[in-house]
Amino acid sequence: MLEFSILLPALLNGLTIGAVYALVALGLTLIYGVLHIINFAHGSMLMLALYGVFFLHALFGIDPYVSLLIVPPALFVLGYALQRGVIGRASHGKDENILLVTLGLAIVMDNLALYFWKADTRTIDTPYGFDTVDLGIATIAVPKAVAFVAALLICCALWLLMARTDLCKAIRALAKERQGAQLVGINVPHLFAMSFGIGAACVGAAACLLLPSFYVAPDVGQVFVLIAFTVVVLGGMGSFAGALIGGMIIGVTESIGGLFLGESLGQLGIFVIFIAVLLFRPTGLLGHRA
Amino acid sequence: MMPSLRLSGQRALWAMAGVAIIGVVLPLLLRSDFWLNFAIMVLFFTVLGQAWNILGGYGGQFSFGHAAFFGTGAYVTAVLQVKFGINPWLGFVLAGIGGGLVGAAIGFLSFRYGLRGSYFALVTLAFAEVLRILANAAAFTGGGVGTLIPLKQTAANFQFVDKTGFYFVIFALMLIGLLLAYWLENSRFGARLMAIRENEDAARALGVNAFAIKLGAISLSGALAGLAGAFYAQYFLYLDPRLAYGPGISVEALLVPIIGGMGTIFGPLLGATVLHVVGEIARKVMGDAVGLNLALYGMVLVAMVLFLPNGIAGLARRQRLKPKEERL
Amino acid sequence: MSEPLLDVRHVDKSFGGLRAIADVSLSVHQGEIVALIGPNGAGKTTLFATVAGFLKPDAGAIGFFGHDILGSTPDRICALGLVRTFQIVQPFAGLTVRQNIAVGAHLRHAGRREALELADSVGRRLGMAALLDRPAIGLTVAARKRLELARALATEPRLLLLDEVMAGLNPTEIDEIVAMIRAIRDEGVTVLLIEHVMQAVMSLAERIYVLNNGALIAEGTPAAIAANSAVVDAYLGHGAAGKLQAKQVRHA
Ligand SMILES: Nc1ncnc2c1ncn2[C@@H]1O[C@H](COP(=O)(O)OP(=O)(O)O)[C@@H](O)[C@H]1O
Ligand SMILES: [Mg+2]
Repeated sequence: MLEFSILLPALLNGLTIGAVYALVALGLTLIYGVLHIINFAHGSMLMLALYGVFFLHALFGIDPYVSLLIVPPALFVLGYALQRGVIGRASHGKDENILLVTLGLAIVMDNLALYFWKADTRTIDTPYGFDTVDLGIATIAVPKAVAFVAALLICCALWLLMARTDLCKAIRALAKERQGAQLVGINVPHLFAMSFGIGAACVGAAACLLLPSFYVAPDVGQVFVLIAFTVVVLGGMGSFAGALIGGMIIGVTESIGGLFLGESLGQLGIFVIFIAVLLFRPTGLLGHRA
Repeated sequence: MMPSLRLSGQRALWAMAGVAIIGVVLPLLLRSDFWLNFAIMVLFFTVLGQAWNILGGYGGQFSFGHAAFFGTGAYVTAVLQVKFGINPWLGFVLAGIGGGLVGAAIGFLSFRYGLRGSYFALVTLAFAEVLRILANAAAFTGGGVGTLIPLKQTAANFQFVDKTGFYFVIFALMLIGLLLAYWLENSRFGARLMAIRENEDAARALGVNAFAIKLGAISLSGALAGLAGAFYAQYFLYLDPRLAYGPGISVEALLVPIIGGMGTIFGPLLGATVLHVVGEIARKVMGDAVGLNLALYGMVLVAMVLFLPNGIAGLARRQRLKPKEERL
Repeated sequence: MSEPLLDVRHVDKSFGGLRAIADVSLSVHQGEIVALIGPNGAGKTTLFATVAGFLKPDAGAIGFFGHDILGSTPDRICALGLVRTFQIVQPFAGLTVRQNIAVGAHLRHAGRREALELADSVGRRLGMAALLDRPAIGLTVAARKRLELARALATEPRLLLLDEVMAGLNPTEIDEIVAMIRAIRDEGVTVLLIEHVMQAVMSLAERIYVLNNGALIAEGTPAAIAANSAVVDAYLGHGAAGKLQAKQVRHA
């Protein structure tokens, strides 16, 4: 009989990592919702962002949470440039071509990271790294609690942003009716790149929240990209609420699965969910697209 | 009155005969172990790329997880040999069957539920990852530590003292791949497969059972990849889950035909050659630093999709086929 | 009267809340040319897709050549001898015209050589001799429409469902394709066609069904449909009845 006292921390742990997954997936789903492209380089952008946070801390002593002001904007610029300069030109009328180009970008990023920074796994020390907060029923590490709250806040902020601002109204109009948008004089390539940039910025924010309780290595993106895809297909491609719920479900699945099956087999649950959802309910739990 | 397709078919046969002759003579010229090994690796990746080409190039179903078939073939040979003492030549055949069965299973699920395009690509990747995790956890594969195939260098044991033996095995496999592609270009099955690639609904309206054809293609593709896997296991005598099922093999499998020209008979051979020549030059120029080679491959992939979506073979074909028409 | 070749009974098909086909029954007999007309959005293409097995109807029965084909797959239905063309043409863009047609020809010819030869002769019959080695992607609209027809014909069907094969053609091209369709029928292929080009419908069809908002509202000979001014005025626009009658007189 499994003790409640073991299960509960695992659950909490799953929820906190789930919130970060949600944030990463939010970027992916935003890009998908607007551009209808599947960004295979998403995990690798996260990896780059993590290195950004790491080096800002290691070289300049900048706290990861302060990096929230630096890394997301930097990732925004990277995303904007990649979409405008490379990905946007690649389709030749086929979605698979975009997938291939983003795969190519992922390979380039991962291996340049491997070349420059070696395969070493790196972590950072923060004064609060090992602090915990007592929730009464369980304790939880401070960085994870911060990540949970901040990720949720950012998700909500982005949600509001998408609903309110003119830019985002234009983006959403674009998502619905591409040709119409072009006709009324919306600069489509610019807005596509803006969307991609915002999606990349989400990943930048996730990196800042993640690193205090996580690590960075060149292949960390490969781990995350499949998880992010799973979250997104589970929640429904293009659905914000779906990404949030999907993130939580996957976080908890991984955490509980790891508890029962051990770390490596625990990951199996994620892929099984991924395959099952793709096969049986490709629109996801909350997706609209047929 | 006979269609030009016959003509180009004839030309392809002549070209294949030429390749066969060059291939047989080549080992006599390649005196150094280095170049023999280089040729073996090019041929190996040609076979792997041809496997991908059957499904992706001719069938338009882009797989990101060909390692699932490759790794299965490799493990079938290795495990049967190490755990059950089964002769690796028999293992080789069983590896082809194993790869084909995994292909059929993944294809059955994916195509039954109508997965297309990017979704198919992702689900194949996920299947390969599942197999990697399972191979990592299972005892009979040696887990994460890997499997060593004991050294016993006799031809009967599918191990050769002289690398030329390996060369001829992989060369024969490459020829089989060429013949398969030739068959696709000149058979009903292939015509239907290409029709599905171009427009699945239109093909179905003309009486093509798209599910059955795609299932056939992925099984064939899986079988050839499985054979490549078995060859790999015998050549290197070592396997671990990452080598067998990791993303590296999946990426090279698709890179090779994309560079050479998808849906062409010689595209994979061309692609594998170019890729490895470029890779070798890069190694010479920049040194053998980890990551650089793959980073270069990634850049090549991006550049190919951006500037030459029909591959190197597409360059020539575009000029031949489309004198006036503009691309849409 | 003998049993009809195609027998559609009380077929219903909805997309979400939209009832695209509402209780439609129609039949086509061996050797006929029958037209299905109606305003855009009436449900004509949906009916074709349903009959050809691309869509599953919510209710009803579909019989073809003595078989119940409801719920069957497009390839099996095609093998029975019922083939459809697409209103929005769907060429195999990367293949040549000959290879395109050969895909259809392969339905009844396993050998590559026979299929290519049949493709050749079908292409020539439809006036595409000069285009046979061109990639389909470079064809004009008229040639693409013809390619749709040629591919379908190469399956050697009993019943041909033609979905607006004349849309976008000029008068000369229309006359040509009308003659081709008539020749095809004379060789024993039954034809059910959706068409907006009224002149062609009136001269080709022996019977006409009129579909509106998913429901059949009239059926009869061209003369009867043209005379049914209520139908014509209501569904083909005011004043259309007069024009049609004038045409009918000329063709009679
Ligand atoms: N796949 C679909 N999903 C939803 N609605 C559809 C679909 N196909 C057709 N419709 C709708 O069904 C109605 C009939 O369409 P269609 O059969 O194409 O008409 P027609 O061919 O007579 O112009 C239209 O209102 C159209 O918008
Ligand atoms: Mg229509």
